[in-house]
Amino acid sequence: MAKTHVTTTINGDLKEFLCEPGDTLLQVLRDELGLTGTKEGCGSGDCGACSVLINDRLVCSCLVLGVETNGDVIETVEGIGDSDKLHVIQEKFLEHAALQCGICTPGLVVSTKALLEENPNPTEEEARYYLAGNLCRCTGYDKIIKAVLDAAETMRESA
Amino acid sequence: MPSNTLFAYAGLSHASHATIKSLDLDAVRSAHGVVSVITADDIPGLKDIGPVIPGDPLITKSSVEFYGQVLFAVAATSQSDARRAARLARVEYDLLPADLDIEAGRKANSYVSPMHCQQKGNVDFAIDNAPFSLEGKFASGGQEQMYLEGQVSIAIPEENGNMLIHTSSQNPSEGQKLVAKVLGIDYSKVTVQVRRMGGAFGGKETHANQWACLAAVFAQKTKRPVRLRLARADDFSSTGKRHPFESQYRVGFDKEGRIRGLDVDLYGGCGMSADLSNAIVDRAMFHIDNCYYLPAVRVRGYRVKTHTVSNTAFRGFGGPQGILAIENIIEQIATATGIDPLKVRERNFYTDEGNRNRTHYAQTIEQHIIEPLVTRLTETSDYYERRKDIRKFNVDNDVLKRGISLTPVKFGISFTMQHMNQAGALLHIYTDGSIQLNHGGTEMGQGLYTKVAQIVAREFSVDLSRITCTATRTDKVPNTSPTAASSGSDLNGMAARDAATKLKKRLCDFAEKHFSTPRSSISFNNGQIIVGKEKYPFEDIIKLAYHHRVSLSATGYYRTPKIYYDRETATGRPFFYFAYGAAVAETIIDTLSGEYRILRVDICQDVGQSLNPAIDIGQIEGGFVQGMGWLTTEELKWEQTGRLASHGPATYKIPAVGDTPSEFNVELFPNSPNTEATIFHSKAVGEPPLVLGISAWTAIRDAIASIAEYRVSPILDAPATPEQVLAACDHLRSSRAL
Repeated sequence: MAKTHVTTTINGDLKEFLCEPGDTLLQVLRDELGLTGTKEGCGSGDCGACSVLINDRLVCSCLVLGVETNGDVIETVEGIGDSDKLHVIQEKFLEHAALQCGICTPGLVVSTKALLEENPNPTEEEARYYLAGNLCRCTGYDKIIKAVLDAAETMRESA
Repeated sequence: MPSNTLFAYAGLSHASHATIKSLDLDAVRSAHGVVSVITADDIPGLKDIGPVIPGDPLITKSSVEFYGQVLFAVAATSQSDARRAARLARVEYDLLPADLDIEAGRKANSYVSPMHCQQKGNVDFAIDNAPFSLEGKFASGGQEQMYLEGQVSIAIPEENGNMLIHTSSQNPSEGQKLVAKVLGIDYSKVTVQVRRMGGAFGGKETHANQWACLAAVFAQKTKRPVRLRLARADDFSSTGKRHPFESQYRVGFDKEGRIRGLDVDLYGGCGMSADLSNAIVDRAMFHIDNCYYLPAVRVRGYRVKTHTVSNTAFRGFGGPQGILAIENIIEQIATATGIDPLKVRERNFYTDEGNRNRTHYAQTIEQHIIEPLVTRLTETSDYYERRKDIRKFNVDNDVLKRGISLTPVKFGISFTMQHMNQAGALLHIYTDGSIQLNHGGTEMGQGLYTKVAQIVAREFSVDLSRITCTATRTDKVPNTSPTAASSGSDLNGMAARDAATKLKKRLCDFAEKHFSTPRSSISFNNGQIIVGKEKYPFEDIIKLAYHHRVSLSATGYYRTPKIYYDRETATGRPFFYFAYGAAVAETIIDTLSGEYRILRVDICQDVGQSLNPAIDIGQIEGGFVQGMGWLTTEELKWEQTGRLASHGPATYKIPAVGDTPSEFNVELFPNSPNTEATIFHSKAVGEPPLVLGISAWTAIRDAIASIAEYRVSPILDAPATPEQVLAACDHLRSSRAL
């Protein structure tokens, strides 16, 4: 099958890749570009582990084809903070022990960032509603919600 | 992954019970990217990977026993090519009648292994002569583990026919054993490594092996690295789940609600093979008492065979199913006597008074924690006050009804297979004073690596950052048990401590001689070793010891004392100790739609002296929510063909962030060190809190019961899906009309 040439901006860098028409963005990110922070939980858009931002819109990268993203600006978990300086959201997840196995965490961090960009001061209910597409099997969510609301507060204070 | 890695996939059956008439793999072989195809005939060694007894073919040959069974496997140059090719087989089946549920298996008299019975006292006499008696049936559904990271293994061929396996498995040693047997080579030629898992919950105790073995067969055959990862729908269909259970019971009790005698038959739906079902049904039997003294009891555990995927370990391992069975009986007694279910529970608690302290398998309950724990939780959760408010709310409201319930748990800690209660550790101190730790336990998000590293840091009194815990590997610590049965910290923590103790002794022996100072003047304190009046940085003494030729590496070992179980007499002390807890859940239901929400949960959990409160609270919250999911929204549905219809998160609903209570209070039961000599007197925390999810189910039941003024028992099996709740509401409405 002929591969298609795609040009995108990922985490601020210009990225070009070749992909087959059927390759999902998730496959491209992980297998072609080595951005393995984005996880596959279900491959059907139901768990949110593969959440990324495309042009500031929160999507499941398993439901987007790589070829569709030509010209798009993509942000993955690798673009949110780095190992020297974590993003506030990541710091708060650690502080509240809001992760266990960690497979849902990158998707939740990306979703939380999208939430707080849209709504810097969410109520608990709004946060729960927004994050309803991110499944976690380990934590029971309580610490996640606490981390998200704490991150929101910290980000508002420093804004 | 190396660039020449192949991707393997399994070809799965589309029948639940059949003989295979023909298997045409031509289209698979000629598909794009395909490098190799294997059938049962291509397995060089052992063909059956049953973990305890045979019954689990790696690749089935002539018969199919469940929908999704592996018929062949294919390796290709990409994951999508392998998956695509695996669907191209042409299979002709001679279909056979399939027993798809427990009832059908029982009718067909089909069992994966013999029944086991535990009995105490004259049950029939006790029930027949009790002032009241009840009988009934109860069913609880299975549950998919739904670890967020699916099953995956990579096999890498090495020199001299050796094989390195990276796998997402709770049981690296068993993986090693099975890969070796399947390949027909010595165990010593296979190394299995598990860095971490993205969740497991029991689903990777035995059901990770098949994928590692298939990858290894291809790796041996093609001399290339091979990766096998299941897509979610196939992971659902082809790997085992929590056992569904059915029970039939007869119970005798007095007007105070005290149980006089209980006769219960438990039927565990095992699927097509034994796998771990014997131990799982046993654990259900061991937990049929929960926290309650049963003066006379007979419990029979049946291991029913069905033509569905072989069910396996899932957090609690049968224990929750046994406990749910008696909690349902307690609820029935409460309705029959008109007594608050909490009072019925308390009156039946084990106690030393009147020697009401021996289980039905003759283990004596030595630590009576549940009574003070429940008393505390009743107060902190404001149970009685809220119950009063709820009763009033229910009188004032016709459509919405609220319910509240407290349920306790007593969970037996130890593998019930005695020999599995052992663990090893390996500890190296390097000359810069940093410490490398390895142990037989695997990390799946439960925080085991952190806990064991903390134990080692505490032993040497060094900062946690000085300890590096390396990936679990069968060439570092051999012959390990699975990380299961909540035993990870108990076993591996003690083994690591043993290794640390040996090294400390060597260092002390050395310092004693080198500094000519009495042993009593040497201590480890805050990154330093204190010798008499002098303080030395830890690493300085390590360097000195090295130069004086002291070995700075040690193994550690632990085996749990005191435990045994005699299957002949069905008595013994299978558990080293018990972990306790209790939860109060409050719910609101819509009696016209069956929908409900869990509004508030209060938990008090006995973890002994906590090794790490943040980790323990995480386990408790996560366990509760998983248990709540099991009993509320998680419903496995099969089509008539035996195909699993609920095979992904869209059709199988695990709790999402909006389903959990917004008020969620969790407390560790204070001042309650384990009286047994466990690691720093802590207690296991992995499985017990899952059982607390039962309180959500009983709270829903309580809300439904309000429809008929709590006089009629709702007919409610588990899971209490909205459909089930609505049906139960309708039933009570019609009983009220009569």
